[in-house]
Amino acid sequence: MKQFVASLRSGRAAVIGIPYLWLLVFFLLPFLIVLKISVSDVDGVRFKDVLSFAEGAMSLTLKYSNYIFITQDELYFKTYISSLTFAAVTTIFCLMIGYPFAYFMARAKSTVQPALLMLVMLPFWTSFLLRVYAWKGLLSEHGWVADLLTFLKVDHLLLAAGLIPALDRYMNTPFSLVVGMVYCYLPFMILPLYGNLAKLDVSLLEAAQDLGATPFTTFWKITVPLSRAGIIAGSMLVFIPCVGEFVIPELLGGPQTLMIGRVLWDEFFSNNDWPMASTVAVVMILLIIVPLAIFNRYQAQTQEVRR
Amino acid sequence: MTLSASIPAPAASTSAQPKQAFLEIQDVVKDFGGGAVAVNHVSISIAQGEIFALLGSSGCGKTTLLRMLAGFETPTSGRILLEGKDLAGLPPYDRPFNMMFQSYALFPHLTVWDNIAFGLRRDGMPKDQMSERIESMLKLVQLTKFAKRKPHQLSGGQQQRVALARCLVKRPQMLLLDEPLGALDKKLREETQIELVNIIEEVGVTCVMVTHDQEEAMTMASRIAVMSEGRVLQIGTPADIYETPATRFVADFIGNVNLMDGIVADDEPDHVVIRCADCSHYVGHGITGTIGMPVAVAIRPEKIRLSATEPQDEHAPHNKLRGKVKDISYFGSFTVYHLLLDSGAVIRVSESNVSRYREGQLTWGDTVWASWTPTAQVVLTQ
Repeated sequence: MKQFVASLRSGRAAVIGIPYLWLLVFFLLPFLIVLKISVSDVDGVRFKDVLSFAEGAMSLTLKYSNYIFITQDELYFKTYISSLTFAAVTTIFCLMIGYPFAYFMARAKSTVQPALLMLVMLPFWTSFLLRVYAWKGLLSEHGWVADLLTFLKVDHLLLAAGLIPALDRYMNTPFSLVVGMVYCYLPFMILPLYGNLAKLDVSLLEAAQDLGATPFTTFWKITVPLSRAGIIAGSMLVFIPCVGEFVIPELLGGPQTLMIGRVLWDEFFSNNDWPMASTVAVVMILLIIVPLAIFNRYQAQTQEVRR
Repeated sequence: MTLSASIPAPAASTSAQPKQAFLEIQDVVKDFGGGAVAVNHVSISIAQGEIFALLGSSGCGKTTLLRMLAGFETPTSGRILLEGKDLAGLPPYDRPFNMMFQSYALFPHLTVWDNIAFGLRRDGMPKDQMSERIESMLKLVQLTKFAKRKPHQLSGGQQQRVALARCLVKRPQMLLLDEPLGALDKKLREETQIELVNIIEEVGVTCVMVTHDQEEAMTMASRIAVMSEGRVLQIGTPADIYETPATRFVADFIGNVNLMDGIVADDEPDHVVIRCADCSHYVGHGITGTIGMPVAVAIRPEKIRLSATEPQDEHAPHNKLRGKVKDISYFGSFTVYHLLLDSGAVIRVSESNVSRYREGQLTWGDTVWASWTPTAQVVLTQ
């Protein structure tokens, strides 16, 4: 019996341990390697070891000049800001479109909810690359969407906002980039929001109305505060991958749309400067970890509230 | 109807009629479609200051009726009038009613104070006036110390009082309670019943409550409407409904009852004799009927006496029967004996346990006589 309990316990350890091991091997270890590369010196095509032993002394050589360079070169700073801005704008649009979507999905008849959920996930059945590529056709000259936008005179508005360089020109602009990113990441906003809003106790909304709140006030005072966890989860799921997005800026972005993913690509494969590229990557990870830490803190707080 | 079986005992009828109709529910129907009608031609009038209970098992339409009062559902037909004014088309947030939900529906992200303030803020009440009102309301429900807490930090009873305070602070014309004590355990429920009634009476608000618990309805309400399958079967004071139920369903639903089918055998000016399978009933309270008419006699277990020997009294050979003790259920304050009769039927008799000792008491298999007075029975035709 004791043996059985012991084996059960080790089984449990294995179940918990395997995902941790996975993260250790495929996330933490590569990250440490990248970190190491970012501080190594290059000797021709080889990286020098960070630790070296010579004449009975161990010396640790950390080359931090790349980090200094990043703060001094305006291009990197601009690119980081631009990446964060595009990610933030995408997140806001996803939230604005996704929230009502998730809300009505959660309020729909329970018989149609699985079908609606299916429709949200349906785009995943097609290749991501193909879907992004399709927008090229839709937004380039005489594409359906482009023609429609021109017909509706939306291009005047976009031009005024400085999102497109000229009338009736949508491709390779900040506009096309945001359209592509919002389109691709919308399901990641809708799904956590739907999960959250579906659990919302309808009697709370009724109670608010009973106490004199109009449907509008009920929404802002009850529904939105109670779905905060869903809003944060959805926003993180959109924001974090958007910051480092490479494919969409490459296909839909233009000369104005600086994104850190493209800089990273250039450093790795055009300049072949791996330490510099690794530095860019490490700084990006740090930029993403900050909002993630805030999110975790909030999650811990709400968990405490639920307890 | 030839047999006016449910003519209530004297003094019961006067209180059954409301003084003046404050809320009038007129022939209200709610049909959700799909066959069953949730509320079927219900008419009730409720007086000011009254605590009125809608009593029935789940699915009888009582909650739907309450939700129609609150404005969450629209009647398919019929009208709801408050002091003569039709409430149709008035959304929940414009009705002078406040509802306490079964789950309390306290806002989990707001403190007790903010929960109570929610309704007042919607009315745009000035801050100082608002805090004064909330203070006095917190005092009334004894939660002053807990104003800064979140609902999940409170016990069930405290949450219930917050929900009540949140409704009452708006000084509604009518308070609607949906299973007000349903989420509390038994001991707390009994204490809270009285407390709740005291608070409601102190505020003086008219109150409609929905409950499936007959004890709760009887303790708290001044009048009760018994509902089944969307219809109101009987409206009356708790005593009316218990002592003079109008139908077999009501008699059976409220408390315990022994129902015996029989026919009218003799009809004299001062009494009726009804013959049943195991005994004959001598019913002495002003009822009349035709000979041979099928009726049901309802008699409550506590109105039957037990004796070891055959009782000799003026109504012999009526109002008594012999049976064998089949089961004994001991409840502490009283004991229920299940007597097996010759016909195979079982009647329940309850006796108060006035003595602590059980020597000489009945036991399984004993043959006993049960008897009752001519005023103990209720004769039912439906």
